[in-house]
Amino acid sequence: MARPLRDVSISKSALARNPFGWAPPLTFAIFVGPILLGLFGTLLPSFGLQPALGQFELSLNPWCAFLSDPALVKSLRLTLTVGFGATAIAVIIGFGSVATLYGTRAFAVVRALLAPALAFPHASFAVGLAFLIAPSGWIARLLSPWATGWDQPPDLLIIRDPDAIALMLSLALKESLFLILMIVGALGQINAGTMMRSARSMGYAPARAWLLVVAPQIYAQVRLPIYAMLASALSIVDMAIVLGPAAPPPLAPMTLDWFRELDTARQLMASAAAIFQLLLVIVAILLWRLGETIVRQSMRGLLTSGIRHGWSERIVGSVGKVGIAFALVASLGAILMLIFWSFAGTWSWPSALPEQWSTAMWVRSVDTLAELVGRSAIIGIAVSAVATALTILCLEAGVGRSTPRWLAILYIPLLVPQISFLFGIQLLWNRLWLDGTVVAVALTQLLFVLPYVFLVLSDPYRALDPLIAIAARSLGASRVRTLFKIKLPLLARPVAGAMAIGFAVSVGLYLPTMFAGAGRIDTLTTEAIALASGADRRQAGIIAFALTVLPFMALALVNLAPNWERRTSR
Amino acid sequence: MTSTGLILKDVHLGIGGRTLLNGLSLEIAPGEIVTLMGESGSGKSSLIAYICGSLDAEFDVAGSITLEEQDIVSLPIERRRIGVMFQDDVLFAHMSVGENLAFAVPKGIGKAERQRRVDDALVEAELEGFAARDPATLSGGQKARVALMRALLAEPRAMLLDEPFSRLDATLRERVRNFAFTTIKRRNIPALLVTHDLQDKTDRVITLGTANN
Repeated sequence: MARPLRDVSISKSALARNPFGWAPPLTFAIFVGPILLGLFGTLLPSFGLQPALGQFELSLNPWCAFLSDPALVKSLRLTLTVGFGATAIAVIIGFGSVATLYGTRAFAVVRALLAPALAFPHASFAVGLAFLIAPSGWIARLLSPWATGWDQPPDLLIIRDPDAIALMLSLALKESLFLILMIVGALGQINAGTMMRSARSMGYAPARAWLLVVAPQIYAQVRLPIYAMLASALSIVDMAIVLGPAAPPPLAPMTLDWFRELDTARQLMASAAAIFQLLLVIVAILLWRLGETIVRQSMRGLLTSGIRHGWSERIVGSVGKVGIAFALVASLGAILMLIFWSFAGTWSWPSALPEQWSTAMWVRSVDTLAELVGRSAIIGIAVSAVATALTILCLEAGVGRSTPRWLAILYIPLLVPQISFLFGIQLLWNRLWLDGTVVAVALTQLLFVLPYVFLVLSDPYRALDPLIAIAARSLGASRVRTLFKIKLPLLARPVAGAMAIGFAVSVGLYLPTMFAGAGRIDTLTTEAIALASGADRRQAGIIAFALTVLPFMALALVNLAPNWERRTSR
Repeated sequence: MTSTGLILKDVHLGIGGRTLLNGLSLEIAPGEIVTLMGESGSGKSSLIAYICGSLDAEFDVAGSITLEEQDIVSLPIERRRIGVMFQDDVLFAHMSVGENLAFAVPKGIGKAERQRRVDDALVEAELEGFAARDPATLSGGQKARVALMRALLAEPRAMLLDEPFSRLDATLRERVRNFAFTTIKRRNIPALLVTHDLQDKTDRVITLGTANN
C-alpha cells in the first residue's frame, strides 16, 4: 500500500519545481539533431543533390551506378553472411552457454571474465586475433613444422578469406561475450532462480529447464541489444578491414573506400550505398523478427510435450560451452600476441617465441605513442564526462522513470548503420567549420557513448532508495545540494563505472573518429587499423596493445571509487 | 505409521559455523500434512531447500532424508520428484495457464490424455475455461491455485509448501489454504508446510525454536 503512494508523491514534486528540466531537451538536441541531419545529409547526395556545391538537380544516377556495380552482389552476400551468421552464432553461444553454466561455479568464473573481455576494443581484438590465426600466426608456429610439415607460412587464406568466414566467426565470438553480459543483467530482472527450482522439481534437466522456462523470458529483455548486434554486424568496418576479404569487401568497408575516393561520382554512389545499408538493416531486423516468431512457434510444442531431457539441450549446451571457451581463449590469445609482437626483437618462422626480446620498437615509437595515447585519452575523458553529466541530469529530470520510449531513442545510433549518417554528419561539421577537429570527433563520439552510459547508469540510479533524497531535502537541502552532497557520493561507484564504460567505447570507436576527423585526427584505433594491413607487426602490436591498455586502466580505476551500493542494499 | 512416507533422520543444518537445525527427525506418512512453525531465521526455509535439493553449497548439512524408502540426499532436484509450492507463484510468464499446466504433465502421455489432465486440473481448481489466459491476468488466489495444480500434475511423491499463503490477504488465505490441503490429501502423498502463520494448522504442528545458537 505504501509503495504507489510514495511514487506518486515523488513524481509530483519532481514536476512541480525541477531545476534540471532543461537537461532532456538539450540532450535530445545534441543527440537526435546530428543523427537526423546526418541521415538527411547522406540521403540528399544519394539523389544527386549537393546544395553546398550548387547541385540542385534531382538524379537517380548515384543509385543506378551503385545498383549496377559489378561487385554489389558478392559484397551483399558477404554482408548478409557476416550479419546473420555472426549474430545467430553469438545468440546460440550466448544462450547455450548460460543454459549449461547457470548455477555452476564455472558461471561465476565466466561472469568475472566478462567485463575485461568486453573492454577489449574490437580493433585490437581483430589485430591480435590475426596474429594468432593467420598462416604465419602463432597457432601455425606452434604446430609447425612437426605437425603440419610447413617449412614456411602456408599460402592459405585463413584470414581475409573471400567468403568472410573468418570475419563472421571472430565477430560471433566477440559479440557472444557482449550478449552473455546482457543475459546476466536480464537474469536479475526475472525470478530466474525460483523458476529454475520450480521446473527442476517437476523433473526437468537443468539446461532444458533453463532453455524452456528462463530463456524465452530473457530473450524478451535482450531483444533490443540483439537487434543492435545484428545492425552492427551488417555494417561492421574495423574488424572487416583487418579480418575480412578485400576484393570485394562487405558493403560497409566498400562504401568507406568509395567515400575516400576524391571522385565526386564515387562519393554520390557511396551515399546511395550508405542509405541502402540503412534499408538493409531495417529489412534484416524485420526478417529476424519473423525468425523469432518461427522459432517461438516451433518451441511451443516442446513446452507442453512433457519431455524432461533429451539431446537438443545437450547439443545447444555443448555448442555454447565450446563457443564461450573459444571466445575467452581467443581474447586471451589476442592480448598475448599483441604483447609478444610489441616486444619481439627477431622472431623468425616457425619459432614459437621471439629469439630475441627487445624494447627497441617501444623506444622508437614513444613520441607517436604519447601523442596518440594523449589524444585518445583526452577525447575519451571529455566524451565520457559529458555523457555521464548529461545522463545524470536527464535522470534527475525524471527521464526514463515513466516512459521507456526514451530508451528506444537512445538505441537509434546503435540500430542505424554508422555509415548511413556519418557521411552526412561530416558535411554538417564541414558547414560549421568544425570538420577535422577534435571537437567534431568528440561530439560525434558522444552519439555512441551516451547510450551505453545511460544504459549502465540508469538502473543503479533508480535503485537508490528515494527516501534518502527525501530525507535530505526534508532537512532543508536543495535538490542541487542533495544531488551533489548525497546522491552522487552514494552513487560514486556506478557513476565511475558508467564513465569507464563510456571511455572504453570512445577509445574503441573507429568509423565515427574516421569521418568526423576527416582523416586528420589520428587516434589509437584509427592507427591500429591503418597499421593492421601493413608489414610491421611490431608497430601494429604496440599501438593495438596501448589501445587495449587504456580501457582496462579505466575499468581498474573504477575500483578506487567508494562502493556504498552494497552496504545500502543489504 | 508406515515407512513409505517422507522421513527425516537427525537432520543438521548450519551455515558459517552457525547451527540452524540441530538434529531434527520427522516422519510424514502418505496423506499427512505436517506444519513446521518457526520464526524467520529458524532454518525452516533452508530445510525446505534441503529436502527439495536446491540448498546452496555453502550450507553444512548432515542427516538422511528418505522418500518411499529411497535415500534422496544425493539426488539432483529433477530426480527427487518432490513438488514445491513457493512463496511466489512463479508461473512462467511466456506460457498460457494451460501451457503452464501441460508443462508439468509427465512425458510419454498422448496428446489427448495430456489435454484431459490439464482440463481436469482446471476443473479441480475451479478455473474452467482459463486455459488460454495469460497468467499475469489472474488474481493472487487464482495464481496460487494454478501453481499448486502445476506442481501436482508432475505427479510428485511428496509436496513441500514454503509459506505459500503469506502473500495472500487474510480472507483469500483461508480459502486457498483449504483448497491446497484437500487437494494434496486427495493425492495421498506426504506434505510438509513451513510457515510462521499460526492459522496454518494441519494434522500435526511442530514448532522450531528460534535460532538456537
